[in-house]
Amino acid sequence: MVPFAGWSMPLSYGDVGQIAAHNHVRTSAGLFDVSHMLQHRFSGPTSQSFLLSLCPSSLHSLSPFTSTLSVFLNESGGIIDDTIITKHSSDSFYVVTNAGRSTEDCEMFQTALSKWNAENPSDVVKWEVLEGWGLLALQGPKSSEVLQSLTGTSLEGVNFGQSVYAEIGKDKIKCHVARGGYTGEDGFEISIPPENTISITEEISNHPDVQLIGLGARDSLRLEAGMCLYGHDLDETISPVEAGLSWVIGKDRRTSEEIPFPGKSRILEELSNAPTRRRVGFEVVGAPAREGCKVFDASGEKEIGVITSGIPSPTLGTNIAMGYVINGQHKKGTKVKIEVRKKLREGIVKSMPFVPTKYYK
Amino acid sequence: MSVFRPLLRNVTTTRFRINTRVWTNTIISKRFIATRYTVDHEWVSFDPSSNIGTVGITDYAQKALGDVVFVELPGVGSEVAQSDPIGAVESVKAASDIYAPVSGIIEEINETLSDQPGLLNKSPMKDGWLAKIKLSEPSEFEALLNDEAYKAHCEGSE
Repeated sequence: MVPFAGWSMPLSYGDVGQIAAHNHVRTSAGLFDVSHMLQHRFSGPTSQSFLLSLCPSSLHSLSPFTSTLSVFLNESGGIIDDTIITKHSSDSFYVVTNAGRSTEDCEMFQTALSKWNAENPSDVVKWEVLEGWGLLALQGPKSSEVLQSLTGTSLEGVNFGQSVYAEIGKDKIKCHVARGGYTGEDGFEISIPPENTISITEEISNHPDVQLIGLGARDSLRLEAGMCLYGHDLDETISPVEAGLSWVIGKDRRTSEEIPFPGKSRILEELSNAPTRRRVGFEVVGAPAREGCKVFDASGEKEIGVITSGIPSPTLGTNIAMGYVINGQHKKGTKVKIEVRKKLREGIVKSMPFVPTKYYK
Repeated sequence: MSVFRPLLRNVTTTRFRINTRVWTNTIISKRFIATRYTVDHEWVSFDPSSNIGTVGITDYAQKALGDVVFVELPGVGSEVAQSDPIGAVESVKAASDIYAPVSGIIEEINETLSDQPGLLNKSPMKDGWLAKIKLSEPSEFEALLNDEAYKAHCEGSE
């Protein structure tokens, strides 16, 4: 068990090592207890506009029961948190944010909401944090088969990025099921009412194909999938353009609009003229490069960036990493040197994801 | 380990001399080969007859690291001072530096670990040894933790 965002969380379960747990998710089905993450609901006729004032996504063009990865931004265009926003209708949104950012996120919502509701007194937005609700991530090629065995709701028509309310388990508990996850595999994130969280967790984990998976494998799986971890690969100084997340900035949000997103001028400037640094993937020869390792150009003389996450990849057997380099040194195939334990190691810029994603589409 | 090799060879040769030789060896090893530990969860097994200390990580350390996937060891012949970082043991989740528990010259490294880093998990105190150091300051060894002190140290860090 390790302390994590104020919670005590398992790095692994029982005697199952990180590599075995990791491989189990890639070949079968793994269950992650991610109930520490914050689940929010925004409702009211102006809730879409309210969220548009905080993030750069095209929420208008999102169909009902569809989710998108997004970022909440500060006035300088830096990322306050990354998030999954699910639209149920234009007046109801389900939002999941990082536990490690709960203080900053809640402060941001509180401040923005007081201002918003004071300006729109007849159309107030209601914000609820789903306290005590469970959140499970079932991930891996067998996750659909496993979950289907516990619900009468067909999952066949639910594609990656879509969600549905399904009655799960012997007590037919209504849960929010979103297809997606943080591993690159097919899978679901299941939001469960507080009183039923334990029984449903037990029912899913009792399935013979399912293993409980801790934080250790969660990190190696997401890194292979090229996904960011806030506090490591993202922080309040980094813009979505620098982070390689320009795709979350909706095309229709890049022109002048009634409700601009925070930091829009910097972000538009970076979109047209390139940012000063960019997040890229690396493969490193010799030793794994970890967070904080310096990145140099091919000659080894000029420092050009820093590693933000790195591991020996259990799936590939090579050392993979992500980090930031100055613009111009970011292209796929660029040779670099990475300093690990005072020795420069050969590295190369690689495209991400490192392991191809297998989403259900 | 090298201590046991003459013992086994003698068993297969002469019958009468075995007993004396075996006993002698056992007594010597009991008296002289000792294992001590560092607060960084490394062990050193010191043979004063050759002045060589075999270095490894403890069972406590391998459990804390998880599956070891990569080991970086110092070059043979390099001179190290006590507490110098001389390499690293890496699992998927973390890298852990190896510090020289004693000063001296690296005499040999465990080459098997490059192909089988998992030996560190399976046999941290024996087949998963990391390096042999020819001690330049044998008194440093005597100042390391004995069994009892190391056990207390582990209990204190839990």
